Amino acid sequence: MNGTCPREAVIEIATERPDTLTINMGPSHPATHGVLRVVLELDGETVVSCRPDLGFLHRGMEKIAENRTYLQFIPYTDRMDYLSPLAANVGFALAVEGLLGIEVPARCQVLRVICCELARIGSHLVWLGTSALDLGAATMFFHTFKDREWHYDLIEDLTGARLTTSYTRVGGVAHDATPEWLKRVRAFVDAMPGRIDDYEALLTKNTIWLKRTQGIGRLSAADALSFGVTGPVLRASGVSYDVRKAKPYSGYQNYDFEVPVGTEGDVYDRYLVRIEEMRQSVSILDQALKTIPGGPVNVDDPKIFLPEKPKVLRSMEELIHQFMIVTEGFACPAGEIYVATEVPKGELGFYLVSEGGKSPYRCRIRSSAFNNLSSLKHQVEGELVADVVACIGSIDPVMGEVDR
Amino acid sequence: MRTLAEGAQAVLKLQARFKDAVTEAGSFRDQHWAVIDAKRWLEVAGWLRDDESTDYNVLVDITAVHWPHRDPPVEIVAHLYSHSRNDGLRLKARVGDAGPIASLTPLWKSADWNERETFDMFGVVFTGHPDLRRILMPDDYTDHPLRKELPLYRG
Repeated sequence: MNGTCPREAVIEIATERPDTLTINMGPSHPATHGVLRVVLELDGETVVSCRPDLGFLHRGMEKIAENRTYLQFIPYTDRMDYLSPLAANVGFALAVEGLLGIEVPARCQVLRVICCELARIGSHLVWLGTSALDLGAATMFFHTFKDREWHYDLIEDLTGARLTTSYTRVGGVAHDATPEWLKRVRAFVDAMPGRIDDYEALLTKNTIWLKRTQGIGRLSAADALSFGVTGPVLRASGVSYDVRKAKPYSGYQNYDFEVPVGTEGDVYDRYLVRIEEMRQSVSILDQALKTIPGGPVNVDDPKIFLPEKPKVLRSMEELIHQFMIVTEGFACPAGEIYVATEVPKGELGFYLVSEGGKSPYRCRIRSSAFNNLSSLKHQVEGELVADVVACIGSIDPVMGEVDR
Repeated sequence: MRTLAEGAQAVLKLQARFKDAVTEAGSFRDQHWAVIDAKRWLEVAGWLRDDESTDYNVLVDITAVHWPHRDPPVEIVAHLYSHSRNDGLRLKARVGDAGPIASLTPLWKSADWNERETFDMFGVVFTGHPDLRRILMPDDYTDHPLRKELPLYRG
Protein backbone atom coordinates (compact mmCIF):
# COMPACT_ATOMS: atom_id res chain seq x y z
CA MET A 1 0.00 0.00 0.00
CA ASN A 2 1.37 3.41 -0.86
CA GLY A 3 1.22 6.70 1.05
CA THR A 4 -2.14 7.70 -0.38
CA CYS A 5 -3.88 4.72 1.17
CA PRO A 6 -7.14 5.94 2.71
CA ARG A 7 -6.31 4.36 6.05
CA GLU A 8 -5.51 7.74 7.61
CA ALA A 9 -9.02 8.92 6.93
CA VAL A 10 -10.46 5.78 8.47
CA ILE A 11 -8.50 6.22 11.65
CA GLU A 12 -9.30 9.91 11.75
CA ILE A 13 -13.00 9.44 12.45
CA ALA A 14 -12.63 6.45 14.75
CA THR A 15 -11.23 8.44 17.63
CA GLU A 16 -14.37 9.51 19.45
CA ARG A 17 -15.26 6.22 21.09
CA PRO A 18 -12.83 3.44 21.96
CA ASP A 19 -15.52 0.74 21.84
CA THR A 20 -16.58 1.21 18.22
CA LEU A 21 -15.37 -0.47 15.06
CA THR A 22 -14.72 1.55 11.93
CA ILE A 23 -15.17 -0.20 8.62
CA ASN A 24 -14.50 0.99 5.12
CA MET A 25 -17.07 0.28 2.41
CA GLY A 26 -16.01 1.00 -1.14
CA PRO A 27 -15.00 2.69 -3.37
CA SER A 28 -14.88 -0.74 -5.01
CA HIS A 29 -17.83 -2.46 -3.46
CA PRO A 30 -20.60 -4.16 -5.43
CA ALA A 31 -23.37 -2.63 -3.33
CA THR A 32 -22.22 0.99 -3.59
CA HIS A 33 -23.29 1.05 -7.26
CA GLY A 34 -20.13 2.66 -8.50
CA VAL A 35 -17.18 4.31 -6.85
CA LEU A 36 -18.81 5.56 -3.68
CA ARG A 37 -16.84 5.12 -0.48
CA VAL A 38 -18.62 5.10 2.85
CA VAL A 39 -16.77 5.00 6.16
CA LEU A 40 -18.97 3.48 8.83
CA GLU A 41 -18.42 3.54 12.56
CA LEU A 42 -20.21 0.62 14.21
CA ASP A 43 -21.28 -0.18 17.72
CA GLY A 44 -22.01 -3.88 17.39
CA GLU A 45 -24.23 -3.97 14.31
CA THR A 46 -25.58 -0.43 14.74
CA VAL A 47 -24.21 2.39 12.62
CA VAL A 48 -23.00 5.17 14.91
CA SER A 49 -21.69 7.46 12.19
CA CYS A 50 -21.57 7.37 8.43
CA ARG A 51 -19.21 9.41 6.35
CA PRO A 52 -19.63 9.27 2.56
CA ASP A 53 -16.51 10.04 0.54
CA LEU A 54 -17.04 11.22 -3.03
CA GLY A 55 -15.01 12.39 -5.96
CA PHE A 56 -13.53 9.15 -7.28
CA LEU A 57 -15.25 9.75 -10.62
CA HIS A 58 -14.77 13.53 -10.74
CA ARG A 59 -13.78 14.55 -14.23
CA GLY A 60 -14.26 18.29 -13.95
CA MET A 61 -17.16 18.46 -16.37
CA GLU A 62 -18.11 21.99 -15.38
CA LYS A 63 -14.59 23.19 -16.15
CA ILE A 64 -14.56 21.27 -19.43
CA ALA A 65 -17.87 22.89 -20.44
CA GLU A 66 -16.31 26.34 -20.12
CA ASN A 67 -13.73 25.31 -22.68
CA ARG A 68 -16.01 23.65 -25.24
CA THR A 69 -18.64 24.93 -27.62
CA TYR A 70 -22.22 24.18 -26.68
CA LEU A 71 -22.48 21.34 -29.19
CA GLN A 72 -19.19 19.82 -28.09
CA PHE A 73 -20.47 19.42 -24.55
CA ILE A 74 -23.35 17.11 -25.49
CA PRO A 75 -21.17 13.93 -25.51
CA TYR A 76 -20.06 14.77 -21.97
CA THR A 77 -23.67 14.69 -20.79
CA ASP A 78 -23.78 11.00 -21.82
CA ARG A 79 -21.19 10.30 -19.19
CA MET A 80 -22.98 11.89 -16.27
CA ASP A 81 -25.83 9.53 -15.50
CA TYR A 82 -24.59 6.67 -17.63
CA LEU A 83 -27.74 4.64 -16.97
CA SER A 84 -29.93 7.22 -18.68
CA PRO A 85 -27.74 9.28 -21.00
CA LEU A 86 -30.66 10.27 -23.23
CA ALA A 87 -32.33 12.16 -20.37
CA ALA A 88 -29.20 14.25 -19.74
CA ASN A 89 -28.81 14.87 -23.49
CA VAL A 90 -32.31 16.35 -23.53
CA GLY A 91 -31.68 18.37 -20.36
CA PHE A 92 -28.60 20.07 -21.73
CA ALA A 93 -30.16 20.75 -25.14
CA LEU A 94 -33.15 22.36 -23.44
CA ALA A 95 -30.86 24.58 -21.34
CA VAL A 96 -29.01 25.91 -24.39
CA GLU A 97 -32.27 26.33 -26.29
CA GLY A 98 -33.59 28.27 -23.29
CA LEU A 99 -30.58 30.56 -23.50
CA LEU A 100 -31.13 31.03 -27.24
CA GLY A 101 -34.88 31.45 -26.76
CA ILE A 102 -35.83 28.86 -29.37
CA GLU A 103 -38.26 25.97 -29.30
CA VAL A 104 -37.93 22.74 -31.24
CA PRO A 105 -40.64 21.48 -33.66
CA ALA A 106 -43.51 19.29 -32.42
CA ARG A 107 -42.14 16.01 -33.78
CA CYS A 108 -38.82 16.60 -32.04
CA GLN A 109 -40.57 17.33 -28.76
CA VAL A 110 -42.42 14.00 -28.93
CA LEU A 111 -39.23 12.16 -29.89
CA ARG A 112 -37.49 13.69 -26.88
CA VAL A 113 -40.34 12.59 -24.61
CA ILE A 114 -39.97 9.06 -25.99
CA CYS A 115 -36.23 9.23 -25.29
CA CYS A 116 -36.71 10.53 -21.74
CA GLU A 117 -39.28 7.88 -20.85
CA LEU A 118 -37.25 5.05 -22.40
CA ALA A 119 -34.32 6.30 -20.33
CA ARG A 120 -36.48 6.31 -17.19
CA ILE A 121 -37.61 2.74 -17.74
CA GLY A 122 -34.05 1.62 -18.48
CA SER A 123 -32.66 3.34 -15.40
CA HIS A 124 -35.39 1.96 -13.13
CA LEU A 125 -34.78 -1.55 -14.51
CA VAL A 126 -31.14 -1.34 -13.49
CA TRP A 127 -32.11 0.04 -10.08
CA LEU A 128 -34.66 -2.73 -9.55
CA GLY A 129 -32.31 -5.52 -10.57
CA THR A 130 -29.29 -4.31 -8.63
CA SER A 131 -31.01 -3.13 -5.46
CA ALA A 132 -32.87 -6.44 -5.22
CA LEU A 133 -29.61 -8.27 -5.85
CA ASP A 134 -28.00 -6.33 -2.99
CA LEU A 135 -30.67 -7.70 -0.68
CA GLY A 136 -30.22 -11.24 -1.92
CA ALA A 137 -33.03 -11.43 -4.49
CA ALA A 138 -30.77 -12.57 -7.33
CA THR A 139 -33.59 -13.67 -9.63
CA MET A 140 -34.81 -10.10 -10.17
CA PHE A 141 -31.50 -9.14 -11.68
CA PHE A 142 -31.85 -11.63 -14.53
CA HIS A 143 -35.43 -10.61 -15.29
CA THR A 144 -34.77 -6.88 -15.36
CA PHE A 145 -31.49 -7.13 -17.24
CA LYS A 146 -33.14 -9.23 -19.92
CA ASP A 147 -35.67 -6.47 -20.51
CA ARG A 148 -33.01 -3.84 -20.22
CA GLU A 149 -31.17 -5.49 -23.12
CA TRP A 150 -34.36 -5.10 -25.15
CA HIS A 151 -34.48 -1.43 -24.17
CA TYR A 152 -30.79 -1.04 -25.06
CA ASP A 153 -31.41 -2.59 -28.48
CA LEU A 154 -34.02 0.09 -29.09
CA ILE A 155 -31.66 2.86 -28.02
CA GLU A 156 -28.86 1.44 -30.12
CA ASP A 157 -31.12 1.30 -33.17
CA LEU A 158 -32.13 4.92 -32.68
CA THR A 159 -28.82 6.52 -31.77
CA GLY A 160 -26.14 4.09 -32.90
CA ALA A 161 -24.84 3.50 -29.39
CA ARG A 162 -26.03 1.80 -26.24
CA LEU A 163 -24.50 4.23 -23.79
CA THR A 164 -22.79 7.12 -25.57
CA THR A 165 -25.98 8.21 -27.28
CA SER A 166 -25.33 11.95 -27.85
CA TYR A 167 -28.69 11.97 -29.57
CA THR A 168 -29.85 15.54 -29.07
CA ARG A 169 -28.55 18.61 -30.80
CA VAL A 170 -29.20 22.20 -29.85
CA GLY A 171 -32.42 22.83 -31.76
CA GLY A 172 -33.33 19.24 -32.48
CA VAL A 173 -32.09 15.69 -32.53
CA ALA A 174 -29.28 14.05 -34.48
CA HIS A 175 -31.69 12.34 -36.91
CA ASP A 176 -35.31 11.37 -37.19
CA ALA A 177 -36.68 8.05 -35.98
CA THR A 178 -37.83 5.63 -38.64
CA PRO A 179 -41.40 4.21 -38.71
CA GLU A 180 -39.89 0.74 -38.18
CA TRP A 181 -38.20 1.91 -35.01
CA LEU A 182 -41.45 3.38 -33.70
CA LYS A 183 -43.10 -0.01 -34.36
CA ARG A 184 -40.40 -1.72 -32.31
CA VAL A 185 -40.95 0.73 -29.45
CA ARG A 186 -44.66 -0.09 -29.72
CA ALA A 187 -43.86 -3.79 -29.21
CA PHE A 188 -41.79 -2.90 -26.13
CA VAL A 189 -44.56 -0.67 -24.76
CA ASP A 190 -47.14 -3.40 -25.27
CA ALA A 191 -45.02 -6.00 -23.47
CA MET A 192 -43.83 -3.94 -20.52
CA PRO A 193 -47.00 -3.83 -18.36
CA GLY A 194 -46.97 -7.64 -18.23
CA ARG A 195 -43.29 -7.65 -17.40
CA ILE A 196 -43.79 -5.14 -14.57
CA ASP A 197 -46.55 -7.42 -13.23
CA ASP A 198 -43.98 -10.23 -13.22
CA TYR A 199 -41.47 -8.16 -11.24
CA GLU A 200 -44.15 -7.25 -8.74
CA ALA A 201 -45.19 -10.88 -8.39
CA LEU A 202 -41.66 -11.61 -7.23
CA LEU A 203 -41.27 -8.77 -4.73
CA THR A 204 -44.27 -6.64 -3.76
CA LYS A 205 -45.75 -9.17 -1.32
CA ASN A 206 -42.59 -11.18 -0.73
CA THR A 207 -42.14 -11.51 3.06
CA ILE A 208 -38.34 -11.36 2.93
CA TRP A 209 -38.46 -8.26 0.71
CA LEU A 210 -40.97 -6.58 3.04
CA LYS A 211 -38.81 -7.31 6.09
CA ARG A 212 -35.72 -5.92 4.43
CA THR A 213 -37.36 -2.75 3.11
CA GLN A 214 -40.31 -1.65 5.24
CA GLY A 215 -39.43 0.97 7.86
CA ILE A 216 -35.82 1.09 6.63
CA GLY A 217 -34.10 4.36 5.76
CA ARG A 218 -37.08 6.52 6.69
CA LEU A 219 -36.92 10.08 5.43
CA SER A 220 -39.66 12.49 6.48
CA ALA A 221 -41.04 14.96 3.94
CA ALA A 222 -39.51 17.89 5.84
CA ASP A 223 -36.07 16.27 5.94
CA ALA A 224 -36.25 15.25 2.29
CA LEU A 225 -37.06 18.84 1.26
CA SER A 226 -34.33 20.22 3.49
CA PHE A 227 -31.75 17.90 1.95
CA GLY A 228 -32.80 19.02 -1.54
CA VAL A 229 -33.83 15.47 -2.35
CA THR A 230 -35.81 15.14 -5.60
CA GLY A 231 -37.23 12.44 -7.80
CA PRO A 232 -38.63 9.11 -6.59
CA VAL A 233 -36.91 9.42 -3.19
CA LEU A 234 -38.71 12.70 -2.47
CA ARG A 235 -42.02 11.40 -3.79
CA ALA A 236 -41.76 8.29 -1.61
CA SER A 237 -41.68 10.69 1.35
CA GLY A 238 -45.07 12.02 0.30
CA VAL A 239 -44.14 15.18 -1.61
CA SER A 240 -45.78 15.30 -5.01
CA TYR A 241 -43.10 17.19 -6.90
CA ASP A 242 -42.18 16.30 -10.45
CA VAL A 243 -40.53 18.78 -12.82
CA ARG A 244 -42.61 17.33 -15.66
CA LYS A 245 -45.72 18.64 -13.86
CA ALA A 246 -44.29 21.70 -12.09
CA LYS A 247 -42.47 23.21 -15.07
CA PRO A 248 -43.45 21.13 -18.10
CA TYR A 249 -40.95 20.95 -20.95
CA SER A 250 -41.00 19.18 -24.32
CA GLY A 251 -44.81 19.23 -24.21
CA TYR A 252 -45.21 17.09 -21.06
CA GLN A 253 -48.37 19.09 -20.28
CA ASN A 254 -50.05 17.28 -23.21
CA TYR A 255 -49.73 13.83 -21.64
CA ASP A 256 -52.06 12.30 -19.14
CA PHE A 257 -50.01 10.73 -16.37
CA GLU A 258 -49.99 10.43 -12.59
CA VAL A 259 -47.20 11.30 -10.18
CA PRO A 260 -47.06 8.42 -7.70
CA VAL A 261 -46.31 9.36 -4.09
CA GLY A 262 -45.58 7.27 -1.01
CA THR A 263 -46.45 7.85 2.63
CA GLU A 264 -43.68 6.32 4.75
CA GLY A 265 -40.56 7.52 2.97
CA ASP A 266 -38.87 4.17 3.51
CA VAL A 267 -37.06 1.85 1.13
CA TYR A 268 -40.26 -0.04 0.36
CA ASP A 269 -42.13 3.12 -0.64
CA ARG A 270 -39.29 4.10 -2.96
CA TYR A 271 -39.66 0.67 -4.53
CA LEU A 272 -43.41 1.13 -5.01
CA VAL A 273 -42.98 4.65 -6.39
CA ARG A 274 -40.41 3.56 -8.99
CA ILE A 275 -42.49 0.56 -10.04
CA GLU A 276 -45.49 2.85 -10.59
CA GLU A 277 -43.28 5.35 -12.41
CA MET A 278 -42.36 2.65 -14.89
CA ARG A 279 -46.05 2.02 -15.52
CA GLN A 280 -46.64 5.76 -15.99
CA SER A 281 -43.67 5.95 -18.37
CA VAL A 282 -45.16 3.12 -20.40
CA SER A 283 -48.43 5.07 -20.54
CA ILE A 284 -46.63 8.24 -21.67
CA LEU A 285 -44.78 6.25 -24.35
CA ASP A 286 -48.10 4.80 -25.48
CA GLN A 287 -49.62 8.28 -25.81
CA ALA A 288 -46.50 9.62 -27.54
CA LEU A 289 -46.52 6.82 -30.11
CA LYS A 290 -50.19 7.47 -30.82
CA THR A 291 -49.81 11.22 -31.21
CA ILE A 292 -46.37 11.66 -32.80
CA PRO A 293 -46.84 14.20 -35.60
CA GLY A 294 -44.95 14.37 -38.88
CA GLY A 295 -42.81 17.25 -39.97
CA PRO A 296 -39.25 18.36 -39.31
CA VAL A 297 -37.27 17.35 -36.23
CA ASN A 298 -34.95 20.33 -36.21
CA VAL A 299 -35.27 24.09 -35.99
CA ASP A 300 -34.92 25.84 -39.30
CA ASP A 301 -32.00 28.02 -38.30
CA PRO A 302 -28.82 27.38 -40.28
CA LYS A 303 -26.79 29.41 -37.79
CA ILE A 304 -27.47 26.85 -35.08
CA PHE A 305 -28.35 23.58 -36.68
CA LEU A 306 -26.07 21.35 -38.70
CA PRO A 307 -27.08 20.73 -42.34
CA GLU A 308 -28.24 17.29 -43.39
CA LYS A 309 -25.40 14.86 -43.91
CA PRO A 310 -26.25 13.85 -47.54
CA LYS A 311 -26.18 17.53 -48.51
CA VAL A 312 -22.86 18.04 -46.75
CA LEU A 313 -21.37 15.28 -48.87
CA ARG A 314 -22.60 16.79 -52.14
CA SER A 315 -22.61 20.56 -51.80
CA MET A 316 -19.73 22.94 -51.09
CA GLU A 317 -21.86 25.52 -49.24
CA GLU A 318 -23.29 22.90 -46.92
CA LEU A 319 -19.83 21.48 -46.28
CA ILE A 320 -18.48 24.91 -45.29
CA HIS A 321 -21.55 25.48 -43.19
CA GLN A 322 -21.07 22.19 -41.34
CA PHE A 323 -17.37 22.95 -40.91
CA MET A 324 -18.12 26.35 -39.37
CA ILE A 325 -20.65 25.06 -36.85
CA VAL A 326 -18.46 22.13 -35.82
CA THR A 327 -15.20 24.05 -35.50
CA GLU A 328 -16.41 27.51 -34.50
CA GLY A 329 -19.73 26.78 -32.83
CA PHE A 330 -22.43 29.38 -32.43
CA ALA A 331 -22.84 32.18 -29.93
CA CYS A 332 -25.58 32.41 -27.34
CA PRO A 333 -26.88 35.77 -26.14
CA ALA A 334 -25.48 37.11 -22.88
CA GLY A 335 -27.60 36.04 -19.96
CA GLU A 336 -28.10 33.23 -17.54
CA ILE A 337 -30.63 30.49 -17.22
CA TYR A 338 -31.42 27.56 -14.96
CA VAL A 339 -33.26 24.75 -16.73
CA ALA A 340 -34.38 21.68 -14.81
CA THR A 341 -35.61 18.38 -16.19
CA GLU A 342 -36.95 15.32 -14.43
CA VAL A 343 -34.36 12.63 -15.06
CA PRO A 344 -34.85 9.14 -13.56
CA LYS A 345 -32.99 10.14 -10.38
CA GLY A 346 -34.71 13.47 -9.83
CA GLU A 347 -34.19 17.08 -10.82
CA LEU A 348 -31.20 17.58 -13.09
CA GLY A 349 -30.54 21.29 -13.58
CA PHE A 350 -28.18 23.13 -15.87
CA TYR A 351 -27.31 26.67 -14.82
CA LEU A 352 -25.69 28.31 -17.82
CA VAL A 353 -24.06 31.73 -17.69
CA SER A 354 -23.30 33.19 -21.09
CA GLU A 355 -21.30 36.29 -21.86
CA GLY A 356 -22.36 36.10 -25.49
CA GLY A 357 -19.56 33.77 -26.52
CA LYS A 358 -19.46 30.36 -28.14
CA SER A 359 -18.86 28.51 -24.88
CA PRO A 360 -20.71 28.92 -21.63
CA TYR A 361 -18.89 31.26 -19.24
CA ARG A 362 -20.05 28.97 -16.47
CA CYS A 363 -21.94 25.69 -16.68
CA ARG A 364 -23.19 24.49 -13.34
CA ILE A 365 -24.65 21.01 -13.26
CA ARG A 366 -27.16 20.62 -10.43
CA SER A 367 -27.01 16.90 -9.94
CA SER A 368 -30.04 15.02 -8.67
CA ALA A 369 -28.02 12.06 -7.41
CA PHE A 370 -25.57 14.32 -5.52
CA ASN A 371 -28.31 15.95 -3.46
CA ASN A 372 -30.18 12.66 -2.95
CA LEU A 373 -27.02 10.98 -1.71
CA SER A 374 -26.43 13.74 0.83
CA SER A 375 -29.36 12.31 2.80
CA LEU A 376 -27.61 8.92 3.20
CA LYS A 377 -25.94 9.84 6.51
CA HIS A 378 -29.30 10.87 7.95
CA GLN A 379 -30.91 7.63 6.78
CA VAL A 380 -28.40 5.11 8.09
CA GLU A 381 -27.18 6.51 11.40
CA GLY A 382 -28.80 4.50 14.17
CA GLU A 383 -29.81 1.72 11.77
CA LEU A 384 -28.25 -1.71 11.31
CA VAL A 385 -25.19 -2.07 9.12
CA ALA A 386 -26.98 -4.60 6.91
CA ASP A 387 -29.51 -1.91 5.99
CA VAL A 388 -26.88 0.44 4.62
CA VAL A 389 -26.91 -1.40 1.29
CA ALA A 390 -30.71 -1.21 1.21
CA CYS A 391 -30.56 2.56 1.73
CA ILE A 392 -27.86 3.12 -0.89
CA GLY A 393 -29.76 0.96 -3.36
CA SER A 394 -33.01 2.81 -2.74
CA ILE A 395 -31.38 6.22 -3.23
CA ASP A 396 -30.15 4.88 -6.60
CA PRO A 397 -27.05 7.06 -6.89
CA VAL A 398 -25.06 7.06 -10.10
CA MET A 399 -21.58 8.23 -9.32
CA GLY A 400 -21.03 9.60 -12.82
CA GLU A 401 -23.64 12.23 -12.02
CA VAL A 402 -22.71 12.66 -8.35
CA ASP A 403 -19.05 13.38 -9.08
CA ARG A 404 -19.44 14.87 -12.57
CA MET B 1 -31.56 42.16 -18.67
CA ARG B 2 -31.03 44.48 -15.75
CA THR B 3 -34.67 45.40 -15.45
CA LEU B 4 -37.29 43.27 -13.80
CA ALA B 5 -39.83 41.50 -15.95
CA GLU B 6 -43.43 40.70 -15.11
CA GLY B 7 -43.95 37.88 -12.65
CA ALA B 8 -41.12 38.92 -10.36
CA GLN B 9 -43.39 39.52 -7.38
CA ALA B 10 -41.02 37.78 -5.00
CA VAL B 11 -38.18 40.10 -5.98
CA LEU B 12 -40.44 43.13 -5.55
CA LYS B 13 -41.43 41.91 -2.09
CA LEU B 14 -37.79 41.33 -1.26
CA GLN B 15 -36.91 44.85 -2.38
CA ALA B 16 -39.74 46.30 -0.32
CA ARG B 17 -38.69 44.37 2.79
CA PHE B 18 -34.91 44.79 2.50
CA LYS B 19 -34.52 48.09 0.69
CA ASP B 20 -30.86 48.56 1.55
CA ALA B 21 -29.79 44.92 1.22
CA VAL B 22 -30.92 44.32 -2.38
CA THR B 23 -28.32 46.04 -4.51
CA GLU B 24 -29.41 44.85 -7.94
CA ALA B 25 -32.19 42.82 -9.53
CA GLY B 26 -33.10 41.67 -13.00
CA SER B 27 -34.77 39.12 -15.23
CA PHE B 28 -33.78 37.04 -18.22
CA ARG B 29 -36.09 34.61 -20.04
CA ASP B 30 -38.72 34.86 -17.27
CA GLN B 31 -36.25 33.97 -14.54
CA HIS B 32 -35.59 36.54 -11.85
CA TRP B 33 -32.54 37.27 -9.78
CA ALA B 34 -31.54 39.59 -6.98
CA VAL B 35 -28.12 40.53 -5.66
CA ILE B 36 -27.97 40.66 -1.89
CA ASP B 37 -25.48 42.43 0.34
CA ALA B 38 -23.19 39.54 1.36
CA LYS B 39 -23.31 40.61 5.02
CA ARG B 40 -27.07 40.02 5.12
CA TRP B 41 -27.08 36.77 3.10
CA LEU B 42 -28.32 34.51 5.90
CA GLU B 43 -30.90 37.01 7.17
CA VAL B 44 -32.42 37.57 3.71
CA ALA B 45 -32.43 33.85 2.86
CA GLY B 46 -34.08 33.09 6.19
CA TRP B 47 -36.82 35.63 5.51
CA LEU B 48 -37.40 34.24 2.03
CA ARG B 49 -37.80 30.78 3.51
CA ASP B 50 -40.04 31.71 6.42
CA ASP B 51 -42.25 34.50 5.13
CA GLU B 52 -45.61 33.17 3.98
CA SER B 53 -45.75 35.37 0.92
CA THR B 54 -42.45 34.03 -0.46
CA ASP B 55 -42.25 30.54 1.10
CA TYR B 56 -39.08 29.36 -0.61
CA ASN B 57 -38.92 26.04 1.20
CA VAL B 58 -36.20 24.38 -0.90
CA LEU B 59 -32.61 25.36 -1.54
CA VAL B 60 -32.14 23.76 -4.94
CA ASP B 61 -28.50 24.59 -5.41
CA ILE B 62 -25.60 26.74 -4.26
CA THR B 63 -22.68 27.47 -6.50
CA ALA B 64 -20.44 30.35 -7.56
CA VAL B 65 -19.17 32.12 -10.66
CA HIS B 66 -15.66 33.56 -10.81
CA TRP B 67 -15.29 36.95 -12.52
CA PRO B 68 -11.58 37.75 -12.16
CA HIS B 69 -11.91 41.21 -13.74
CA ARG B 70 -14.67 42.32 -11.38
CA ASP B 71 -14.43 43.61 -7.88
CA PRO B 72 -15.40 41.71 -5.80
CA PRO B 73 -14.53 38.74 -8.01
CA VAL B 74 -16.70 35.86 -6.81
CA GLU B 75 -20.45 35.71 -7.18
CA ILE B 76 -22.25 33.20 -4.96
CA VAL B 77 -25.42 31.94 -6.65
CA ALA B 78 -28.22 30.17 -4.80
CA HIS B 79 -31.33 28.79 -6.48
CA LEU B 80 -34.43 28.74 -4.31
CA TYR B 81 -37.71 27.08 -5.08
CA SER B 82 -41.14 27.35 -3.50
CA HIS B 83 -43.32 24.26 -3.72
CA SER B 84 -46.48 26.08 -2.66
CA ARG B 85 -46.10 28.81 -5.30
CA ASN B 86 -44.23 26.76 -7.94
CA ASP B 87 -41.76 29.60 -8.30
CA GLY B 88 -37.99 29.81 -8.40
CA LEU B 89 -35.64 32.63 -7.46
CA ARG B 90 -31.93 33.14 -8.05
CA LEU B 91 -30.18 34.84 -5.17
CA LYS B 92 -26.67 36.21 -5.56
CA ALA B 93 -24.04 37.79 -3.39
CA ARG B 94 -20.63 39.16 -4.34
CA VAL B 95 -17.65 38.32 -2.17
CA GLY B 96 -13.86 38.35 -2.26
CA ASP B 97 -11.67 35.46 -3.42
CA ALA B 98 -11.97 33.54 -0.18
CA GLY B 99 -15.36 34.91 0.83
CA PRO B 100 -16.31 34.90 3.57
CA ILE B 101 -20.05 34.49 3.42
CA ALA B 102 -22.49 33.04 5.93
CA SER B 103 -23.36 29.41 5.48
CA LEU B 104 -27.00 28.56 4.79
CA THR B 105 -26.70 25.25 6.67
CA PRO B 106 -28.79 26.59 9.60
CA LEU B 107 -31.68 26.97 7.12
CA TRP B 108 -31.33 24.04 4.72
CA LYS B 109 -29.40 20.76 4.96
CA SER B 110 -28.78 20.82 1.21
CA ALA B 111 -26.41 23.73 1.83
CA ASP B 112 -23.97 21.30 3.48
CA TRP B 113 -22.64 19.41 0.47
CA ASN B 114 -23.26 22.20 -2.06
CA GLU B 115 -21.27 24.71 0.01
CA ARG B 116 -18.50 22.17 0.44
CA GLU B 117 -18.38 21.80 -3.33
CA THR B 118 -18.32 25.59 -3.79
CA PHE B 119 -15.46 25.81 -1.28
CA ASP B 120 -13.66 22.98 -3.08
CA MET B 121 -14.07 24.51 -6.53
CA PHE B 122 -13.70 28.24 -5.75
CA GLY B 123 -12.02 28.51 -2.34
CA VAL B 124 -14.89 30.50 -0.83
CA VAL B 125 -15.17 30.08 2.93
CA PHE B 126 -18.67 29.68 4.35
CA THR B 127 -18.68 30.82 7.96
CA GLY B 128 -20.74 28.66 10.28
CA HIS B 129 -20.52 25.59 8.06
CA PRO B 130 -20.16 22.56 10.36
CA ASP B 131 -17.78 20.54 8.17
CA LEU B 132 -16.15 22.67 5.48
CA ARG B 133 -13.87 20.18 3.72
CA ARG B 134 -13.18 19.41 0.09
CA ILE B 135 -15.76 17.05 -1.33
CA LEU B 136 -14.80 16.13 -4.91
CA MET B 137 -11.07 16.92 -5.15
CA PRO B 138 -8.52 15.03 -3.02
CA ASP B 139 -7.85 16.45 0.45
CA ASP B 140 -4.24 17.29 -0.37
CA TYR B 141 -5.11 19.21 -3.55
CA THR B 142 -4.09 22.85 -3.31
CA ASP B 143 -5.95 24.67 -6.11
CA HIS B 144 -9.57 25.52 -6.67
CA PRO B 145 -10.30 24.18 -10.16
CA LEU B 146 -13.24 26.34 -11.28
CA ARG B 147 -11.39 29.60 -10.72
CA LYS B 148 -10.67 31.16 -14.08
CA GLU B 149 -6.89 31.51 -13.64
CA LEU B 150 -6.55 27.74 -13.46
CA PRO B 151 -5.96 26.43 -17.00
CA LEU B 152 -7.76 23.41 -18.37
CA TYR B 153 -4.46 21.70 -19.13
CA ARG B 154 -1.27 22.01 -17.15
CA GLY B 155 1.41 20.49 -19.21
